[in-house]
Amino acid sequence: MSDAITAHAESHGTHAAHHHDLQHHFDSLEQQHEAATLGMWLFLITEVLFFGGLFLAYMLYRIWYPVAWAEASRELDIVLGAFNTAVLIGSSLTMAFAVRAAQTGKQRATVVWILMTMALGLVFLIVKYFEYKEKFEHHHVPGPNFMFEGPQAGPAQIYFSLYFLMTGLHATHMIIGFFIMAVIAWMAHKKRFSPEWYTPVEISGLYWHFVDIVWIFLFPLLYLVDRAGHFA
Amino acid sequence: MAGHISPKSTYYAVFAALMIGTAITVAVAFVNLGSFNFPVAIGIAITKATLVILFFMHAKYSSQLTKLFVGTAFFFLVILLGLSLTDYLSRGMKTYPGGAAGAGYGVRTETPADQTRGREEAGAARTEH
Repeated sequence: MSDAITAHAESHGTHAAHHHDLQHHFDSLEQQHEAATLGMWLFLITEVLFFGGLFLAYMLYRIWYPVAWAEASRELDIVLGAFNTAVLIGSSLTMAFAVRAAQTGKQRATVVWILMTMALGLVFLIVKYFEYKEKFEHHHVPGPNFMFEGPQAGPAQIYFSLYFLMTGLHATHMIIGFFIMAVIAWMAHKKRFSPEWYTPVEISGLYWHFVDIVWIFLFPLLYLVDRAGHFA
Repeated sequence: MAGHISPKSTYYAVFAALMIGTAITVAVAFVNLGSFNFPVAIGIAITKATLVILFFMHAKYSSQLTKLFVGTAFFFLVILLGLSLTDYLSRGMKTYPGGAAGAGYGVRTETPADQTRGREEAGAARTEH
């Protein structure tokens, strides 16, 4: 036991100049950063397939029920959808600036940019809340109280099931991202980051941008089905 | 270990391109392009996603290994969507003599409702239609 501690202390001695954020099982900060980035991308690959299953279900039902998709899609508020798309793209910009501030050692700016990212994320969720509320009021929520005019009621319910599954899963990711950002902002506030080590900002940024990308696909797929009236 | 630091102008340019892409995708949705509305919307979304991945997510400046990981995500997504759809999209071709052209619709697929009604009845309903 004491030998192990001595050996540990000696290994410290040989790396006299090593950075305090460098963990022992990595040779260098570059290698550590690379491993963390790869780990995050590996997680994002599983996320792509997680959402991918829902996108596949969406595609199949859209091919089967194009008229129901066209009619149900028109029930969504295109203005709110487009507004939220702009909000999320804006949040990706502030996130990119947060990472850049961390890279250049501007701790104060990192905190501010992350708080702005969180604020935009919150705006998105609030708009989403009002959209969901409207769906409940119009009985467009799948279940025993579902109502939809005309012969497309059945498949329209499938559309709204996928709408709530896909946007709900996306919103869940937003909420998780919000709390991740709160932790990152706190760490930045405590001056935990430096131009040598800002990995948490970078990889939580990867997560945030991924969630933005999911919405970039959800917006046209859910809100912009046949607005030109090809099917009706 | 600062990695690549993009100039702020790059981020503003990407942001502008993403906003313009959003405006175009909304505008184009109201133009009747027939069956081309969907590919156009998806094409714009893929372009926007690529910009985010390359510049906001720094994939352009990442190691070859990271780039391989990024590509892997899309490789598996294409298998998931592509191979599944080759099945579902080709089911209608089998239903009609002469394939999709014989159906007079281009590619048609059966809905689950068609399948429960039985093939003959479903065929009759389509003829009336």
